[in-house]
Amino acid sequence: MNEVRDIVVPGEVLGDAKEKRIGYGTFVEDGKIISKFLGIKKDSNEYLSVVPLSGVYIPRMEDRIIGFITDVEKAGWLVDINSPWQAFLPLSEGVDEFIDFKRTDISKFYDAGDVIYAQVADTKRGDVQLTMRTPIARKLKGGITIKITPSKVPRLIGKEGSMINTVKEKTGTIIRVGQNGVVWISGEKVEKAIKAIKMIDEKAHIIGLTDEITKLLSD
Amino acid sequence: MQIGYMYRLLENEERIDGRKMDEFREIKVETNLIENAEGSARVKLGKTDVIVGVKLGIGTPFSDMPNMGVLKTGAEFTPIADPDFESGPPGENATELARIVDRGIRESDGIDLEKLCLKEKEKVWEVFIDVHIINNDGNLIDAAALAAVAALKTANIPKLEDDKIIRDKVEKKLPVLHEPITVTIGKIAGKFIFDPNKEEEEVLDAKLIVAVMEDGKVCAMQKSGVHGLTEEDVEKMIDLAIKKSKGLRKLL
Amino acid sequence: MGMKTDEKLIVNGKRLDERKPNELREIEMKVGVIPNANGSAQVKFGKTVAIAGVYGPRTLFPKHRQKADTAIIRCRYNMAPFSVDDRASPGPSRRSTEISKVTRLSLEPALFLEDYPETVVDVYIEILQADGSTRVTGINAASLALADAGVPMRDLVVAVSGGKIDDTIILDLCGKEDNYSEADMPIAFMPRKKIITLFQMDGQLTPKEIKIIIKEQLKAGEKIYEKQKEVLNKKYGK
Repeated sequence: MNEVRDIVVPGEVLGDAKEKRIGYGTFVEDGKIISKFLGIKKDSNEYLSVVPLSGVYIPRMEDRIIGFITDVEKAGWLVDINSPWQAFLPLSEGVDEFIDFKRTDISKFYDAGDVIYAQVADTKRGDVQLTMRTPIARKLKGGITIKITPSKVPRLIGKEGSMINTVKEKTGTIIRVGQNGVVWISGEKVEKAIKAIKMIDEKAHIIGLTDEITKLLSD
Repeated sequence: MQIGYMYRLLENEERIDGRKMDEFREIKVETNLIENAEGSARVKLGKTDVIVGVKLGIGTPFSDMPNMGVLKTGAEFTPIADPDFESGPPGENATELARIVDRGIRESDGIDLEKLCLKEKEKVWEVFIDVHIINNDGNLIDAAALAAVAALKTANIPKLEDDKIIRDKVEKKLPVLHEPITVTIGKIAGKFIFDPNKEEEEVLDAKLIVAVMEDGKVCAMQKSGVHGLTEEDVEKMIDLAIKKSKGLRKLL
Repeated sequence: MGMKTDEKLIVNGKRLDERKPNELREIEMKVGVIPNANGSAQVKFGKTVAIAGVYGPRTLFPKHRQKADTAIIRCRYNMAPFSVDDRASPGPSRRSTEISKVTRLSLEPALFLEDYPETVVDVYIEILQADGSTRVTGINAASLALADAGVPMRDLVVAVSGGKIDDTIILDLCGKEDNYSEADMPIAFMPRKKIITLFQMDGQLTPKEIKIIIKEQLKAGEKIYEKQKEVLNKKYGK
């Protein structure tokens, strides 16, 4: 059996609140630090946290995400960011020039169905605002998108991009990974890249995944 | 954008999971899994997962068929199976599926309904076929129809003692005369495709659903989908369905 | 409950299926059985089979139902028509509507719904085969499905039925025992602090008997918790 990292279940006691501080995915009760999720326990010197192995995307400020324009409104666009909450891209954050929206059909900038690489600018209870006013932001043309579990995105990217770069090189593709779990792929061996990405999504918790992926891509 | 990509692949006769256009996903058939039921089967077609239960009860015959048992088929697209399925009474897709599965069995004289008569004009066995979707990844009709026939084939009639049904005692097997196999063929970008998964179903131009009997006769058909089919299309699709049904029949 | 029989349900300290009074049936658990759902599980207690699927947290429509500071949880308990002896008409019944409600309330205290304002967590339970104690089997499955879905929880939820037949206190009633029992008392609780989230009873019991049954149920619940933990760990290969 593959070696796995330390898996914990919701409600499992991880440690003492007097000795460690609570990190993501944990809560305190009666002086004990407890896991909120089915996930991997992470024990740094100061913090105890849990990385969930599943779950929906919760938008955070400055997250880089891939979204789908769903509606063109008067002064902006509604965007599906693969999250229980819808996002809004205001006109002023989507376009550089000054636009008189009363006289302009802004769908010429982004239209329903377009895919964008954008950044989360603000999150206030339910309201998520995006911005394209950042150098990485752009419309993604062509290609195909797939979804993975948002909490597995760091594993897909790898240390300093090592994992995702391996996939890109061995399949001759351009890949953009959104922190919201949406991945955009374009290029030669798209199906091979998809296979590798899906394997990483499934086996993110297994030690030795890097070798398995290298093997898959070499075939 | 996804739709565009899928369409381009299919134009080149490539499918997103690498299958050939006429290839079915892996099929698993399990029978007798629901002990409470008189017959049952679970069919997994790729990730599509369907359970059919066959239950028998005592009822009254239809007035125009006083010496024949009654067959009733129902389907539930329970919300557990798909984020887009809603709670509530069966919608048009669930109703259509139930009626197509029913038609295949009824028109092929699949069950010997005369043998289900207990007292002419008064008492007959009622056979309830209930389709329960567990996971929807497309091609529910083929999966449900296969499960229905597999369930009927292994179903039993319970013992009757003084008008009371003793369900843990078996009287005899349910009299099954024919085993219709239902095959759905889709048309997309001028090509024909078998066993579309959920994403492929959304881009099909049209489909023809054909129920085939053991001797190659067709006993039920249904055209579905927004676009039309030419006469040539229909003839070709029927031929292809009959050929494909032979392979599926081996699973029963 | 309430049916009468001359048949003895306990003979020489053994039940109809040879179990001891406080013995549970064979339990089988699996997670990830419904690919479309965010989380899912199948649980069997003997011949009773329940499947649970969780969708969410997801957007809640219509908008006016949304709550500004929390997610809401919806629950639907449903029996497949072929799950019972006499085929059941599909669709909700008064019984399944009540069970849907108490199931929802058995799970709600365990969830950190406040982490997902304006959204909904939908829990669907399908009973594929009924041989007594279906609601608690459904709750065990739902707890696994919620954990599988990555919904944050204070604790898992375990559930087990209890009751009395032939003047003997028993746990995990099968169908026949359920029909002829003198009392039927299902319970659900969060094991770490033994906080009870579902508690119902019908029949006739003395307060002393009730206390004894609760103690037995809390003990049995620990075994169910270990099984839940095991199957969740197994999903990830541990």
